[in-house]
Amino acid sequence: MKVTLKIWRQPDAASQGAMHTYELDEVSEDMSFLEMLDVLNENLNAAGEEPVAFDSDCREGICGMCGLMINGEAHGPEVTTTCQLHMRSFKDGDEIVIEPWRADAFPVVKDLVVDRGAFDRIIQAGGFISVNTGSAPEAHSVPVPREDALRAFNVATCIGCGACVAACPNGSASLFMGAKITHLGELPQGQPERDERVVSMVAQHDHEGFGGCTNIGECTAACPKEIPLDVISRLNWDLHQAMRHGH
Amino acid sequence: MTDMPDTTLTSDPSHDAPGDHGDDAAGYYTPGEPIADTKAPGGPIEERWQTRKFEARLVNPSNRRKLSVIIVGTGLAGGSAAATLGEAGYNVKSFCYQDSPRRAHSIAAQGGINAAKNYKEDGDSVHRLFYDTVKGGDYRSRESNVYRLAEVSTNIIDQCVAQGVPFAREYGGLLDNRSFGGVQVSRTFYARGQTGQQLLIGAYQALERQVAAGTVTTYTRHEMLEVILVDGKARGIIARDMVTGEIETHLADVVVLASGGYGNVFYLSTNAMGCNVTATWRAHRKGAYMANPCYTQIHPTCIPVSGAHQSKLTLMSESLRNDGRIWVPKKKADCEKDPRDIPEEDRDYYLERIYPSFGNLVPRDIASRAAKNVCDEGRGVGPAVEGVRRGVYLDFSAAIERLGKDGIEEKYDNLFDMYARITGENPYETPMRIYPAVHYVMGGLWVDYDLMSSIPGLFVTGEANFSDHGANRLGASALMQGLADGYFVLPHTIRDYLADGPFEPVPADHPAVVEAEQSVRSRIDHFLNTKGTRSVDSYHRELGNIMWEYCGMERSEDGLKKAIDLIRTLKDDFWRNVKVLGTAEGLNQSLEKAGRVADFFELGELMCIDALNRRESCGGHFRAESQTEDGEALRHDETFAYVAAWEFAGDGEPPVLHKEDLVYTAIEMKQRSYK
Amino acid sequence: MATTTLVKGARASRSTITLKLLMAASGILFILFVLAHMYGNLKAFSGHDAYNDYAEHLRVMGEPMVPREGFLWILRAALIVALVVHVGSAVALWKRAHRARSTRYVVKKNKASSLSSRTMRWGGLTLLLFIIWHLVNFTIGKVNVSGGSTNDPYNLLVDTFDTWWMTLIYLAAMLALAMHLHHGVWSSAQTLGLTNNARARRNAKTLGWILAVVIAGGFSLVPIFVLAGVITK
Ligand SMILES: Cc1cc2nc3c(=O)[nH]c(=O)nc-3n(C[C@H](O)[C@H](O)[C@H](O)COP(=O)(O)OP(=O)(O)OC[C@H]3O[C@@H](n4cnc5c(N)ncnc54)[C@H](O)[C@@H]3O)c2cc1C
Ligand code: HEM
Ligand code: SF4
Ligand code: FES
Repeated sequence: MKVTLKIWRQPDAASQGAMHTYELDEVSEDMSFLEMLDVLNENLNAAGEEPVAFDSDCREGICGMCGLMINGEAHGPEVTTTCQLHMRSFKDGDEIVIEPWRADAFPVVKDLVVDRGAFDRIIQAGGFISVNTGSAPEAHSVPVPREDALRAFNVATCIGCGACVAACPNGSASLFMGAKITHLGELPQGQPERDERVVSMVAQHDHEGFGGCTNIGECTAACPKEIPLDVISRLNWDLHQAMRHGH
Repeated sequence: MTDMPDTTLTSDPSHDAPGDHGDDAAGYYTPGEPIADTKAPGGPIEERWQTRKFEARLVNPSNRRKLSVIIVGTGLAGGSAAATLGEAGYNVKSFCYQDSPRRAHSIAAQGGINAAKNYKEDGDSVHRLFYDTVKGGDYRSRESNVYRLAEVSTNIIDQCVAQGVPFAREYGGLLDNRSFGGVQVSRTFYARGQTGQQLLIGAYQALERQVAAGTVTTYTRHEMLEVILVDGKARGIIARDMVTGEIETHLADVVVLASGGYGNVFYLSTNAMGCNVTATWRAHRKGAYMANPCYTQIHPTCIPVSGAHQSKLTLMSESLRNDGRIWVPKKKADCEKDPRDIPEEDRDYYLERIYPSFGNLVPRDIASRAAKNVCDEGRGVGPAVEGVRRGVYLDFSAAIERLGKDGIEEKYDNLFDMYARITGENPYETPMRIYPAVHYVMGGLWVDYDLMSSIPGLFVTGEANFSDHGANRLGASALMQGLADGYFVLPHTIRDYLADGPFEPVPADHPAVVEAEQSVRSRIDHFLNTKGTRSVDSYHRELGNIMWEYCGMERSEDGLKKAIDLIRTLKDDFWRNVKVLGTAEGLNQSLEKAGRVADFFELGELMCIDALNRRESCGGHFRAESQTEDGEALRHDETFAYVAAWEFAGDGEPPVLHKEDLVYTAIEMKQRSYK
Repeated sequence: MATTTLVKGARASRSTITLKLLMAASGILFILFVLAHMYGNLKAFSGHDAYNDYAEHLRVMGEPMVPREGFLWILRAALIVALVVHVGSAVALWKRAHRARSTRYVVKKNKASSLSSRTMRWGGLTLLLFIIWHLVNFTIGKVNVSGGSTNDPYNLLVDTFDTWWMTLIYLAAMLALAMHLHHGVWSSAQTLGLTNNARARRNAKTLGWILAVVIAGGFSLVPIFVLAGVITK
């Protein structure tokens, strides 16, 4: 099939960017979306135009490196990552608009590549359990109810892709943050630092320039791992508790 | 079943008697002095690690801040080491090429992690895990290292649970285990199909905690391109800031490479797009020996290639083989038919036929080779890519009948969904198609018991080293190795080296620094100024095809020699005719790839030479010339029970082969049999 | 606005979530108020005297503990403070959200959000304008658009809603209120951390629907019946 691509091109962070239009023939529906862009890049390279920069690594939906705004939807029309989106979700003659994640906390590096370092710093602020190597007790010394372990696991599947931020009209990272708060807060090991964790992470989140949540729900609809909105409720709850405890 | 074609062999068998062969690789290499691991203490195997930990010198806590450690890689091996050394108070710099440490390819591991906890009371023990791992590696690994791995495996689980890794649990709240990769005990800990992700997030969080504590600095989107040696010791690296293009010098007292595997030399593999050999290859060129580079693991259950555009392959957990039955049509003519229309009697369940006792659960290498053989015969299924159908059916219809659709869904729904997403086919209704793919490399930089390479001060951990898996890796043991190395081994062994530090500071204009930086710059300039006609990817793809064809599942003397010629020709062409657009000052993904592919060429050649030298079939390494009457792998312990450690001798010069003899004191070598 | 530093001495009270908490608390106060207010309005169906008695009752409530209109003033003060807090936080969050994405998308689709959730800000502003007009109309200015008396609450009400465009403005405001509540009720439950699982989330959303329909519907009855000539002087 044949598609028309409108792609954001921006040489580097400091330069102005603009949308460019490319036609691409011979797209097969078995191609992944990124393989389609690979083909485009081969063509561009042959024609002497610099290939479009975009991020990807694992290409199997787990590393969280990829992420494009495709026709106004983060990761495109299916509930999955950009790398797992396939061209069979499109049809011959489609126009496809491709933009980078837009958030001032995720500045554009080049073309479709953005800097998500803010997520790392939110984790640095408190997204961990403080246990030095070697000081851990025997694993079976603390049983964890299966339900709690399951919930912790379900939200720990967040891949840190940033689609929630990209989709959120407020540019909020609450879903990402809530997923970590819930993961660690659901486990007995995460209790001692629970108050401090939420206070520091939220402060870092705000400091990075993410917006405040208005519980709109675009994040969870874009999330390739289907992290539910409950985690934001949990985040809010934990913050209130921390305040009550004098933080 | 009597009129079945013999599907086990495709090439002419020449049944070698052990030892009666010439040196296939003669002329391709120079024999060198034997080497040995001098760090493992003697004595009973159970006591060696305790002894070494005791004998390794300590570093005064107040001195640690003054000692700097560079760690390249933030996967399980690198991330865990950076966190642990940071906690100990060393001054750590951590590098990765992704935009966040959390994205290292360890994240993609699905199945699980082994540990000798014996929670199931099913007869597991440190010794049994050690035994299984050595046997699984077909007696080509170093026993003292493997024993230590089994020994610390239990600490890993404790550590990860304390960090909040949400392993699967039973109703009582205790950890669940499953049996994995054909072993008879249940010792694999898992977190649904995302074990690697959960373990890596644990290590990543520990790492970020140290960043906040100020002991670790992370350098993301930084690619290491050269190692700096001063007075024979590793003292730093040259890295390129992939965003600004700046060439940076980072100096330290010690350098650790935890840069993962090089399976991408095959172009198509289950590795991430950016996985590379550059970090280890640059070290190899500076004197680190590369051990057993040809040992590659090919995983039988991957989603087949769908066309020429394919950029990577996706693994589906091996656990699928527990319930799926593998078959191809008996008749070539049936290969295009809808599989559901092929009657039972026209199907060849070839694994069940050839290996009646293990059936579909034979080890990875056997299952992979058998699939290749039936496809080479023309009985493969699925779309023909470049004229050949490369796929076999993995059929769940019997299991669905037995367990119900719900039963299957409960066990495998995420895998089935992934399959459906990628192929557009519904595996509940029509059989899955699978084909083997490169998945893991057992080869890597040679290290001693302390995990130090042949370059003093250069340590290597995780998949980047060669040490623990011999010629074949058991399922769920790479995660174990990565974390064992990073959390529990390296932090002890590195202190013995650092006890002599801090070493004399290296000035920024030291000739060794200047030389390393110059060589990086001139390579980059070369790529940008060649202005040829072919893209980097097209070279990579062609190299991958050569490697897969001749140095993949089955290798032969003729094929390997041919491959070496092809690689050399292609490499020459690459250096003269590659086309890389853009500039060096800023993000340039073609430029990054060009550097990686340049190193893959050199590695690919060495892999072929190594494979040529090893005229035996062992583990994942199958030499057509070395098989039994009925086509099974034939090992030659008298001749090949050694680690092949290759030394770089200069561009265009044959590499030097150093052999490390493998001596087993705690275990007896046996031939594998799965019939 | 991206930074590379870690925040030192983080304080929970300085966060966006605290702003949200203030909005939720003030919003809930509004909900309680409008519920009571709506109940009072429905007294119009009981006729002139009952309605005026109720208006008078509001003024003498709490006497002699508080002076005449004392309770009313406490209520008014609380509502004014709440309004300032509510609107102030809304504006702060609005500005933040604006800064969080200064470059807009060329194409952006909404996948899951309700219309009401996306119109909280403009809808809220509509409500604010309406509240001002409403106060001018009935409380502060006592404007009788048909020129009648303004000191009899019941008559003022009937005169007002006999005018078709006044009723229209009022009904439009009720639509805005309904939408604001539809999202606001569930949103405040979420902000308070009460929707920590799928079931609680569903319940909160259902409650949002119910309150939206009951409150906006309840308020709309009086004007409609006045215009229809059922409620007369
Ligand atoms: C699909 C898949 C499934 C698997 N499943 C399992 C399983 O179930 N159980 C199991 O035990 N094993 C499994 N494995 C194997 C296992 O995951 C890996 O062997 C292991 O995780 C490797 O860890 P590592 O830390 O050595 O390397 P990686 O995790 O690959 O990390 C490499 C790091 O090095 C960095 N790096 C590389 N080169 C450079 C450079 N030049 N400059 C700077 N940084 C660099 C990267 O950024 C990255 O941070 C699986 C592997 C794959 C591919
Ligand atoms: C009768 C009047 C009002 C009622 C009953 C009311 C009620 C509520 C409630 C319950 C919320 C949910 C709070 C939360 O999300 O936690 C809310 C949110 C909001 N209100 Fe109001 N409100 C009223 C008037 C106003 C006014 C006058 C404005 C003026 C600007 C306004 C603007 C907003 C905005 C923007 C939000 C969304 C806040 C967010 O979710 O971030 N509201 N309101
Ligand atoms: S919560 Fe979902 S969308 Fe957000 S970063 Fe995690 S996986 Fe991506
Ligand atoms: S590339 Fe890893 S999630 Fe898409």
